[in-house]
Amino acid sequence: MKLFRGFIIKEFYHILRDKRTLLVLFGMPIIQLLLFGFVITNEIKDIKIAILDNSKDKVTRDISQKILSSGYFKLDSYLTNVNQIEEVFRKGNVKEVVVFETDFAEKMKRQGTAKIQILADASDANTANLIASYTTAIVMDYVNKQNVSATIPLQIVPEVRMMYNEQLKGVYMFVPGIMAMILILISALLTSISIVREKELGTMEVLLVSPLKPIQIIIGKVTPYVLLSFFNAVIIVVLGNLVFGMPVQGSTILLLAECTLFIVLALSLGILISTVTNSQQTAMLISMMVLMLPTILLSGFIFPISNMPWVLQALCQIMPPRWFIVIIKNIMLKGTGLYYIWFETLILIGMTAVFILLSYKKFKIRLG
Amino acid sequence: MLFIEAHNISKSYSKTLAISDISFDVKKNELYGFIGPDGAGKTTLFRLLTTLLLPNSGTISINNWDVVKDYKTIRKNIGYMPGRFSLYQDLTVEENLTFFATIFGTTIKENYDLIRDIYVQIEPFKTRMAGKLSGGMKQKLALCCALIHKPELLVLDEPTTGVDSVSRKEFWEMLQNLRNSGITIVVSTPYMDEASLCDRVALMQNGKIMQINTPQGVISKFPKPLYAIRSDDMYLLKNELVNYIDCESVHIFGQNLHYTSKSKVLNVNNLTLFLEEKNHTGISISPINPSIEDCFIALMTENSTSDAK
Repeated sequence: MKLFRGFIIKEFYHILRDKRTLLVLFGMPIIQLLLFGFVITNEIKDIKIAILDNSKDKVTRDISQKILSSGYFKLDSYLTNVNQIEEVFRKGNVKEVVVFETDFAEKMKRQGTAKIQILADASDANTANLIASYTTAIVMDYVNKQNVSATIPLQIVPEVRMMYNEQLKGVYMFVPGIMAMILILISALLTSISIVREKELGTMEVLLVSPLKPIQIIIGKVTPYVLLSFFNAVIIVVLGNLVFGMPVQGSTILLLAECTLFIVLALSLGILISTVTNSQQTAMLISMMVLMLPTILLSGFIFPISNMPWVLQALCQIMPPRWFIVIIKNIMLKGTGLYYIWFETLILIGMTAVFILLSYKKFKIRLG
Repeated sequence: MLFIEAHNISKSYSKTLAISDISFDVKKNELYGFIGPDGAGKTTLFRLLTTLLLPNSGTISINNWDVVKDYKTIRKNIGYMPGRFSLYQDLTVEENLTFFATIFGTTIKENYDLIRDIYVQIEPFKTRMAGKLSGGMKQKLALCCALIHKPELLVLDEPTTGVDSVSRKEFWEMLQNLRNSGITIVVSTPYMDEASLCDRVALMQNGKIMQINTPQGVISKFPKPLYAIRSDDMYLLKNELVNYIDCESVHIFGQNLHYTSKSKVLNVNNLTLFLEEKNHTGISISPINPSIEDCFIALMTENSTSDAK
């Protein structure tokens, strides 16, 4: 036990004296969380639009007003003729142009139908889709309100409610993903590097020729990172809550327990990487390649898994973050207990066991 | 009493043979040196001794423990100092020492007697990072760390490489003190002049041991009288001596050329005449005692000619 404590103290000296490690350890999570939270967002807010009003009557003014006061859109300019449309799109400021036909109010009154054209800049397809449907919805809403008095024969009105994220906040999507990414990156990257560094500096040679058992070396190297990563998880949860209002509906203890499980998994992955590499650079590259990209792309963090081709879907199933993100979302957003996530938890435990077993088998008690 | 026994050990890395068919034994309480140039196989041999590598064939036992089977016992009872500086550079002198004491289940206090003579020299720097020590200091610290658990055997791989000559001398004095206090020491070095400080030496070249003997024994086996020759133009002198009929070997040794002749006894007068004819001035030819390096070079040439045959 004393031996173990000595080892951990030594490990803490290494971490605390290396500014780069410290920066990666504590700077990266905060910066990434804030970056992802603020920069990457699917939300529609203050989109600049232009309006070409060929009618300029009360109805078109009302509709324009309604669109602009929704909070989603902001007026860039009023256009005066059709030729300007192409021009404003080319300039790139305007994402949408709304065109009212001539004699709009007249036609509506007499024929019961009038035309609005919505032109969207689809060089960004997703946004174009979103803003077009938002605009349509606003127009429909206006029409419905005008018709309150009129009797409409048969009408089905779907009541839509977005459960667990009523405002469709992007942050709710990202915080669990970022958490998975940061925990796996930091834990796996830093452990693999710190173990490989001992090999590179030749100190592993001395550690091997000592009464230390491989398991003691590994646990000694890993324990400080478990503590630090756990601390990181707490930072992310707290920051997510304070800055982005990300709730923790379920049990905090369960959440932290699952985080710890995931950290241990990531660390065992890091150990595994360190057993198959001999230089810090290779360890770093492997960690990045094996962990970072799959975590972002194949975990359901950004792209929904169900839309992927089956080969990739199958690949997703072996990505630890894929399961962790489900767990986190369940606890944080839905407030569910272990009863609903025992399967995912079991998978994570299973993966951890496999990684630990593999690294134990691969850990060399000799050189070469 | 034999402490280490190695029989016919060989070790190769994929295709290169690093150690071929080596046998030797080290007595208890002996300061045993492996002398040879870089690439002779010393480091590989030491890694075999310290159970870090497995031999392809042959057996090694240390205090009757087999390096393959009883590696755990061996690791508890030896102190190993690798060729490369292998301490934690970002830990201070004291932290390093404490760490190594802890992982061997002991404390600095407990075995302070053993390291006192060495540690007092680095104690003034005990709060300095190990990476910022001078070469000689680093080696002293590494020695302390290897000694802290009172090992029965010390294995030191080129401990004096890259260390200034004053520190080297001090280092060897420490090793001799340790030997006197009852520790068996196996040490390797590429410096021939250090060989004479060992009790026995094994001269290594190309993964083979050319000779095992006491330093005096090695020197006494030198086959012929050796002469130191010099003149005012050393460069020409060497080229002309090589062409002299009676010349067997000429090597540059500092200020002199070391020379052996084909005939049993060198005819100094004839050689002087020969050199004077070539317009050399300030010629001096005097018999000298061979050093280990002379012996080593003689053995090397002997081996390479016998290999060629």
